[in-house]
Amino acid sequence: MTFSTVSTDLDRRFREAASAEGLLDVAYDLVDTPIGPLLVAVTDRGLCRVSFDPEPEREAESLAQSYGLRVLRASRPLDTARRELDEYFAGRRHTFDLTTDLRIEAPFRSAVLEELARVPYGATTTYGELARRAGRPRAARAVGVVMNRNPIPIVLPCHRVVGANGALVGYGGGLDRKEALLRLEGVLA
Amino acid sequence: MDDVAVPPFERFYLEHRDAVFAFLGRRLGREGAEDAFQETFLRALRGYQSLRHGRELRAWVFTIAARVVVDEHRRRPRQTPTDRVDAGTTEDGRPAYAELEDLTNELPATERAAVVLRYGYDLTYTDIAVALGSTEAAARQAASSGVRRLRRKGIAHDIQHRLD
Repeated sequence: MTFSTVSTDLDRRFREAASAEGLLDVAYDLVDTPIGPLLVAVTDRGLCRVSFDPEPEREAESLAQSYGLRVLRASRPLDTARRELDEYFAGRRHTFDLTTDLRIEAPFRSAVLEELARVPYGATTTYGELARRAGRPRAARAVGVVMNRNPIPIVLPCHRVVGANGALVGYGGGLDRKEALLRLEGVLA
Repeated sequence: MDDVAVPPFERFYLEHRDAVFAFLGRRLGREGAEDAFQETFLRALRGYQSLRHGRELRAWVFTIAARVVVDEHRRRPRQTPTDRVDAGTTEDGRPAYAELEDLTNELPATERAAVVLRYGYDLTYTDIAVALGSTEAAARQAASSGVRRLRRKGIAHDIQHRLD
């Protein structure tokens, strides 16, 4: 048998048809950036995940548990997200126009993440301040946990949240990346 | 034992795409296989949410692929280069596979798949073995114990004409 495996082209056509027909719960793909490859995932409601150091197989399992079993790697549905991320890393985009899908987040977490989305490019805020804005002034520590588990880093800019004394404190993707993002935005020299 | 969880579609697709494509190639030739491949996995995707467990998924997708082959033969009976199959219809005009899928509902999954693929879709035991992820001998064994079970239940009588 000379044609017993699926060609790259046929594989690509199937993945495109599957997303074009609206049959997917989640589409994801890898996006190359200056701070390493990111796994980026979208549902029909919007962006639902950005992961550093992606392990696609594990990620697919977790996306399936959260959003439905029909999870497929497909390039086209990620076009907009890929373009906006490219522009951001090139310094040409300061705000993302992407919608986000936070349906699986508990109310406190999504309140915090929505406040986080308002922290502007090139600025920083503190965990305590973000807690206050989310209506829970004493929950700075809990806000730290929400930041650490932020499902959509970069687009929801948890890298702009620092300690009360200005220290970077921590970052789900590692402090090097937090520094690189803040440098890109001109916050750090 | 707990039911096996249905995997994310991506994993299911990666695990079975080459086997399905090879099967379609044997039935339809290369060109036909490409269209049929896409159709098979689109149908699988449409039905994926209704799966109750993750057992026998290869047999499940082979059943879909076999049905796509039947549809393809109906659509263009003259253009099929290899191994033409007529899966046949029953007296009331239903396709044989549809009738068998109903009647074999209560068989254990492996036997059911073997019976449906053999007698409903006319697959060879070589292909059924691939579909079941087993050997040819095991595929024969599954089909024949499925038929025995149907006979004991008195069901085989209704489909005797297919099983002989």
